[in-house]
Amino acid sequence: METLEEICFRIKTALPAARVEIIPNASPCGQRSLLLGREQGLAVATFLRDDPQLRLDYCSNVTGVDWLEPSLPQGFVQSPSSAGLKKEAGEGLGESGTGCLEAVYHLFSMAHKNGPVVLRLRTENRLAAVRLPSLTPVWRSCEFQEREIFDLFGIVFDGHPDLRRLLMWEGFQGFPMRRDYLVADDFECEPTPHGDVPKRMSPRQGCAEVIQKTATADPRV
Amino acid sequence: MSAILETPVRAFESVSGAGAGEMLELAIGPHHPSTHGVFRMDVVLDGERVRRLKPVFGYLHRNHEKIAEGQSYLSSMPYTDRLDYFCSLTNNWAYALTVEKLAGLQVPERAEYIRVITAELTRVQNHLCLIGFLLQDMGASGTPLMYAFREREKILDLFESLTGARMMCNYMRFGGCRVDLPTGWMEEAQQVVQGLARFLDEFEALLTGNEILMARTQHIGVLSSAAAVNAGVTGPMLRASGVNYDVRKVDRYGVYDRFDFRIPLGDHGDTYDRYLIRVLEMRESLKILRVALRDLPEGPVMDPKARLRGFRPKAGEAYGRIEAPKGELGFHLISDGSPNPFRYRVRPPSLMNLTVLEEMCMGRMLADVVVILGSVDIVLGEVDR
Repeated sequence: METLEEICFRIKTALPAARVEIIPNASPCGQRSLLLGREQGLAVATFLRDDPQLRLDYCSNVTGVDWLEPSLPQGFVQSPSSAGLKKEAGEGLGESGTGCLEAVYHLFSMAHKNGPVVLRLRTENRLAAVRLPSLTPVWRSCEFQEREIFDLFGIVFDGHPDLRRLLMWEGFQGFPMRRDYLVADDFECEPTPHGDVPKRMSPRQGCAEVIQKTATADPRV
Repeated sequence: MSAILETPVRAFESVSGAGAGEMLELAIGPHHPSTHGVFRMDVVLDGERVRRLKPVFGYLHRNHEKIAEGQSYLSSMPYTDRLDYFCSLTNNWAYALTVEKLAGLQVPERAEYIRVITAELTRVQNHLCLIGFLLQDMGASGTPLMYAFREREKILDLFESLTGARMMCNYMRFGGCRVDLPTGWMEEAQQVVQGLARFLDEFEALLTGNEILMARTQHIGVLSSAAAVNAGVTGPMLRASGVNYDVRKVDRYGVYDRFDFRIPLGDHGDTYDRYLIRVLEMRESLKILRVALRDLPEGPVMDPKARLRGFRPKAGEAYGRIEAPKGELGFHLISDGSPNPFRYRVRPPSLMNLTVLEEMCMGRMLADVVVILGSVDIVLGEVDR
């Protein structure tokens, strides 16, 4: 298997317009990855699949990641202190929109029996510009996984043949795997006759507070 | 090969052409016994022929990944049991392997052997059940399934005496296994393995040459090797299509390089091949088991340096994968240095293997859809996560 630098060089030779950057990995396994530019993502993926030396014909896994931090350091790794602080304080989550959403592709070669080569694609920000090129036309195994990322993270994959929610139901609002997503109290809350029971209960049954609260909200009581 | 593959036809709305009004739209599932759980297929039928098929997921979705990101690394171990609840031990292994890669932990030799033994026992019982269910779907009511379950029961007894649980084993830890083998476990396991070899002969005599089984499965649900590779199909289903790819051989994780076993490959990629590959794989697994039970070394089952409490891997990421009975089970973990994973992702083989379901069923009779789905081998706990 070629080194990542060689792969990077050959991509740039074959596709001079492509933006490719090597992302480090501080973990002991040291599996580094390639960050691709959005515009050339599909062309680079096609090159990686069809190049006779690489033949990365099998896309095993696609992971969606939500990077909430406004500025990403050189690698993808956030400094633990700042990430922890932000989470605890709960401030500014989702307001900046300057972090990014990311799709990580793990490629292997079934022909040469080696791998992995890890690709990363990043959206411009988290709020408005959340589009990435779909790699489903290159590897069909991305079909369900990109649908899942669209479903849970809200990345819109351009060129996907069937971009619908995969796991959540149609009509569901929001993207549950995003870091600033707030879990609803009860997803299946529908108005039922039982919902009115506390309002109808008399004060001597100990529901005075409930009645006070609901009386202002609901004119029927 | 063309630069970009033709994307498959997906439009479900308009069935046009002659006889368009004759089409019948049918929802199979989510509460249908042959869907192996809460899984739905929306099928468009022309008479009894399948013209469109669309799988619908999510009935068992509990956002396993989100749960795992809110708790420590170790707390997710019991949750992985619930992914593919037939094969909790291989799920444990895949997760433990990835965390070990992420944190750079070593596993003692004895623990590696125990992992291989439990994983191969898991593979045998999974394939036995699958064949039982497949025959049940075909209408062979009871006998094959009950025979398979009788043998599976013996393996589950072994799991129970080793881990304390029959299905939700929660056995592996980062850097080894939770407990050592109890006294007498080895002898029992050896007896079970011997019995299984005899049982497989009997099972095959009953099934492999069976005329009805052959008529219902041969040339049905054919999957070409190119389509299988491109769609990320893995496991016995991929090898039935003739692609020689087994993560045990490719990655040589654990101590699999010490065992001599072969990878059975199919010729036709049809449902019968998928059945036969699993029978042959069980025989290879028994071969591994015999050697592993003979050569099991003495020693500790946990790396003494591994810390389970207050476990904080360095910031970074890792992708680990193993050959689970259903295909390649992968975990992708991103750590930010905190006690919880920053990102925890499961690559479920069952979900990827369903990508090609529509192609395999296209133009077949409705009754074949049930058999083809049975040969894919899905567990909804893993598909929906």
